[in-house]
Amino acid sequence: MAYLTEKLGPAIGFRSAAGEAAVSTNVPAIKTRGVAAGAKVRGKGAHAGTFLYGLPLLGLFFLAWEIAPRLGWLNRIFFPPLSEVLIAWWALLASGVLVEHIGISLQRAAIGFALGVVVAIPLGLLMGRYALFEKVSDLLVQTLRNTSQFALLPVFILLLGIGEESKVAITFYSSVFFLLVNTISGVKSVDPLLIKAARSMGTSDFDLFRKVILPASIPSIVAGARLAVKSSLFAVIGAEMLAAKSGLGFLIQNSQLMMETADMYAGILTLTVIGLTVNYLLVWFERWATAWKGQSESSLI
Amino acid sequence: MDRIVVNDISKTFQLKPGQFVTVDGEASDRVTVLDGVDLAIRKGEFITLVGPSGSGKSVLLDIIGGLTQATGGEVQLDGMRTTKPDPKTGYVFQQYALFPWRTALANIEYALEVRGVAKAERTATARHLLSLFGLAGFEDRFPNQLSGGMQQRVAIARALASNPEVLLMDEPFAALDQQTRELLQGELLRIWGKIKTTVIFVTHSIDEAIFLADRVVVMTARPGAVKEIIDIDLPRPRDGDIRASTEFNLYRARVWDVLRDEVNKAQKDWTLSPAFSH
Repeated sequence: MAYLTEKLGPAIGFRSAAGEAAVSTNVPAIKTRGVAAGAKVRGKGAHAGTFLYGLPLLGLFFLAWEIAPRLGWLNRIFFPPLSEVLIAWWALLASGVLVEHIGISLQRAAIGFALGVVVAIPLGLLMGRYALFEKVSDLLVQTLRNTSQFALLPVFILLLGIGEESKVAITFYSSVFFLLVNTISGVKSVDPLLIKAARSMGTSDFDLFRKVILPASIPSIVAGARLAVKSSLFAVIGAEMLAAKSGLGFLIQNSQLMMETADMYAGILTLTVIGLTVNYLLVWFERWATAWKGQSESSLI
Repeated sequence: MDRIVVNDISKTFQLKPGQFVTVDGEASDRVTVLDGVDLAIRKGEFITLVGPSGSGKSVLLDIIGGLTQATGGEVQLDGMRTTKPDPKTGYVFQQYALFPWRTALANIEYALEVRGVAKAERTATARHLLSLFGLAGFEDRFPNQLSGGMQQRVAIARALASNPEVLLMDEPFAALDQQTRELLQGELLRIWGKIKTTVIFVTHSIDEAIFLADRVVVMTARPGAVKEIIDIDLPRPRDGDIRASTEFNLYRARVWDVLRDEVNKAQKDWTLSPAFSH
């Protein structure tokens, strides 16, 4: 089915980009540890390993950031040294302003994402399971999915006003399709034999969704959720830059307008740290949720 | 009394648009895999079903289990017509079909869960079954942490959890190595000896068919029907040594004799096999 591969293509491609960190972390650890006792132990070792390997280059980058403006290679007004950025960051943190902005941005992203989960998973289960339902709705989904959420921000503002609702709408819009497409592909790839086995034991339709199709789709759904979380975080920053009076996006944009460039970089760095943290939390969550998949090393005989 | 009555069952598959098979020199988009199967199975009997590839053994099992609708004829279970999976029937598949996200214990519990059995009772039953199959201590293992033989033991335990009156087994040991296979045949007979459920067991192996069965049902090549039913009058309980006995060898020759023509016919039918294999 052409429409399926078309949908899976970008989702999977995107995934590997976002999941790079997760994938690469596994490799050295498995090699060094050999036959490790369990998946969790291996995971921890992997993080420490890549972290140490990556540290020198990152340090060099920060060093260049510190030195280049001081030597006049970069304009200090537009590109203050790292130490000044960190001082500005500390000031923002101490005053409580930063925490407030972080809180409001995360809240917007979280609400939008949560709405996305509530809508996409039931819808995806139905679309993946019932061919007719998917045939009917597929074109509309594709049309909406390929419309930029930022292009729709003016529409959201017209419909929902300049307040929280329009920000939540854009984060919802940014996350819902990743979740939906991955739920559908998860449902479609459930082993038909498992469904046959479940039916042979007299499983009802409702139990089939709840106890077989949903758990079998979890790896795919969680992979979609990782993309969706990232996407809604990015969307909220964009929306706040365009139309908001609070949030990290607003802080960055406003600092630039006021030429408080140290604050601007402090905001950007904060975003990076949040992005990294969220990514590692999601990687951990993914491992936890799919623990049953990857433990074959310790299998017997 | 007859527990299962298979009455003039036929099954025709409609191929997908664009797919064709050659039947008797003519292109057709329909394949008849079963044509007029009649079989009566007594309560507590162990039946094995042998036949060449494509003779519809697995399809027949699916129809008896209520997982596939017959095109014609009917199956009765204790006098009641079967149209959907019956709670009295347990099913074991060649590829185990365990839920990979559930532990061994939780896989067995599943069969009771969907039947509304209380948590404490289903855990107790599942633990009992695991120990019956020599798997005590493996409760918390996920399927991919178990060997093939262990996975199939769990799958059989799951099928037995609801205390079925009929156990349908579709080449359950075909994916296992020879030693594990013979081990499991022995275990199956030992447990069957205790619970005396009615078993229909599909296999490709003549040895396996004779070793396990009260009666061996030989199917014809496609379209499948019952060619001959051979009573296996070997003493029970049986152990592995019986395979070397004269009687066993006579049965082996007998079954193979009945089967040979059908296998030859099926070989000529090879063009067909990919079209409806599933």
